[in-house]
Amino acid sequence: MAVLVIAEHDNQVLKTSTLNTITAAQKINNEVHLIILGKDIQTLSDTSKSIHLISKVLKCDNEKLENFLPEILAPIIVKTALSYSHVIAPASTFGKNLLPRISALLDTTQVSDIIGIENENTFIRPIYAGNAISHVQTNQEINLLTIRPSSFEKCENSGGEATLEEIPFIDSEAKTHFVSKEVSKSDRPELGSARIVVSGGRGLENSDNFKLLYDLADKLNAAVGASRAAVDSGYIGNEYQVGQTGKMVAPELYIAVGISGAIQHLAGMKESKVIVAINKDLEAPIFNVADYGLSSDLFQAIPEIIKELDLLNQIDS
Amino acid sequence: MKLVYFIEIQMKVLVAVKRVVDYKVQIRVKSDNSGVETQNVKMSVNPPDENAIEEAVKLKEQGIATETIAISIGEDKCQDVLRTSMAMGIDRSILVKSQNSLEPLAVAKTLKKIIEKEKPDLVLMGKQAIDDDSNQTGQILSALLNWPQGCFISSLKIEDKKVLISREVDEGIEKLETSLPAVLTCDLRLNTPRFASLPNIMKAKKKPLEAIEIETLDIDIEPKIKTLKVIDPPTRKAGVMVKDVKELVQKLKNEAKVI
Ligand SMILES: Cc1cc2nc3c(=O)[nH]c(=O)nc-3n(C[C@H](O)[C@H](O)[C@H](O)COP(=O)(O)OP(=O)(O)OC[C@H]3O[C@@H](n4cnc5c(N)ncnc54)[C@H](O)[C@@H]3O)c2cc1C
Ligand SMILES: Cc1cc2nc3c(=O)[nH]c(=O)nc-3n(C[C@H](O)[C@H](O)[C@H](O)COP(=O)(O)OP(=O)(O)OC[C@H]3O[C@@H](n4cnc5c(N)ncnc54)[C@H](O)[C@@H]3O)c2cc1C
Repeated sequence: MAVLVIAEHDNQVLKTSTLNTITAAQKINNEVHLIILGKDIQTLSDTSKSIHLISKVLKCDNEKLENFLPEILAPIIVKTALSYSHVIAPASTFGKNLLPRISALLDTTQVSDIIGIENENTFIRPIYAGNAISHVQTNQEINLLTIRPSSFEKCENSGGEATLEEIPFIDSEAKTHFVSKEVSKSDRPELGSARIVVSGGRGLENSDNFKLLYDLADKLNAAVGASRAAVDSGYIGNEYQVGQTGKMVAPELYIAVGISGAIQHLAGMKESKVIVAINKDLEAPIFNVADYGLSSDLFQAIPEIIKELDLLNQIDS
Repeated sequence: MKLVYFIEIQMKVLVAVKRVVDYKVQIRVKSDNSGVETQNVKMSVNPPDENAIEEAVKLKEQGIATETIAISIGEDKCQDVLRTSMAMGIDRSILVKSQNSLEPLAVAKTLKKIIEKEKPDLVLMGKQAIDDDSNQTGQILSALLNWPQGCFISSLKIEDKKVLISREVDEGIEKLETSLPAVLTCDLRLNTPRFASLPNIMKAKKKPLEAIEIETLDIDIEPKIKTLKVIDPPTRKAGVMVKDVKELVQKLKNEAKVI
């Protein structure tokens, strides 16, 4: 039986997490279908047909699906799920919010936050903030999985020729109503999929000082991240938090600035290819995971790095 | 003579509290790779469950809630997290005794049974347990009950039967309006949990704690997933300290080749 991937999108474009999830699905079975639920998603569905690796796009278009309330999405997906061996969603707040409801309605146990796939029944997932790795086996009629997007490459967005099928909307008359969404606007790359991430912690001291980090990020075309302490102190919004209770990232380069390196923070970034730590405390645990450590005052180091990068750019051009 | 009827408005809040390895403990994988060592390590209330407790107690202090109940499912020792909950201000507790470790679906089914009996108007829980990190139980429970679901909340306002929540999502903050009864899961930013004072710890010892055997609830708690092995994560090899910014930038460019 084929594998069904639940698309995460904003009614206009697919999130990168969907492309990561398709790659994971392909490791289970060659036949992968994509289900897209939303409002005014004709264009989105049409463009999704050309995703490499997808053979069918299922579309459910209704104005009540605009804000992706799980109470409305779940029953529709459940009906479709019955003819699949696996249903997969990204372990983003979208997938975390939705898939357990499907698990309840199908009376099936879900495996959360998978970082590796051994075969169609055996999955690898971190537990205890990544301090232990668990190999679990599930052999249920329908297997429900969320995958950690940063652990799977994103698939090609072109070259495919999938068919498109409409599926009926089911109205569940949810008692929950969408009020608003405060989305931070930024031209920087998306934190979850950026090649470089520059993260700041309590060492930055206030939100004004975070501007220093934004300047560095812009020089490197990097995304900005933060520790929980920085978010809790109001230096920056919750959507920037990296860690066990925030986002999981695995960029090519992660620069931790004024972050001590608590295990809950490491849980979200220690899979990064290269880690740089800038901290004035030589004893800070972040240095234990850093490839390059710089023991220095960040207020001195960051402007110097920016200057060095400018010099490099001049030489390069 | 005119008869006056007083209809007392009841608002019961149920809080699900999980006993987990304390977040400060450096955990160890068992040598036979069957799991993580939980014997002789410090156990505590799952951190976001403390936020759920705090919110319930605040609702009572504000006169919105009339009764607060904590529930934990697990071995006898879970009594300690229930006593902690009551020391923080919860009125009474229920312990559902289970020797076996339960999957989120089984935990949610157990909670549903208790909810059918206790009939709370609001269920508060943590957004995730920091041991298994499943992030499922609240969502499952909400679907099983067919109640509104509000996950990862960082603010809560209850006016009449109207519930206003802010949810922390990947893009920022989402605001929803819903109604009671509801299941809400709490983020650490919802509030600052209070410390239990010594007098309150003493008082909590006298608060009611009811124990129920899970077998008497007649639910399917058979695990559907098998753990094959639990292993240590790969360790990162130690890096180098650079002497200054110049060296750092040179290394990133010429050695690591990432900029
Ligand atoms: C259940 C639970 C979940 C959690 N989830 C997360 C999570 O998802 N993400 C997360 O990040 N945390 C999480 N935490 C919090 C975590 O335990 C730490 O408290 C937090 O990561 C600390 O943030 P920090 O490193 O910015 O602050 P601190 O630990 O205060 O470290 C600040 C660092 O900055 C350095 N510094 C200060 N000034 C300067 C300067 N001028 N120049 C250079 N260095 C300087 C200091 O030496 C220090 O090392 C969680 C905690 C719990 C209990
Ligand atoms: C394959 C597998 C192997 C397991 N092996 C072990 C093991 O070796 N040892 C072990 O102890 N457990 C084991 N468990 C159980 C596991 O640790 C969790 O208790 C269970 O999966 C619930 O998931 P969670 O706690 O991560 O739920 P989450 O969905 O992350 O929890 C969210 C919230 O649900 C509530 N909640 C969850 N559990 C309880 C509870 N018991 N009582 C009250 N409220 C609760 C809390 O409010 C919590 O904040 C295993 C589970 C699985 C699936």
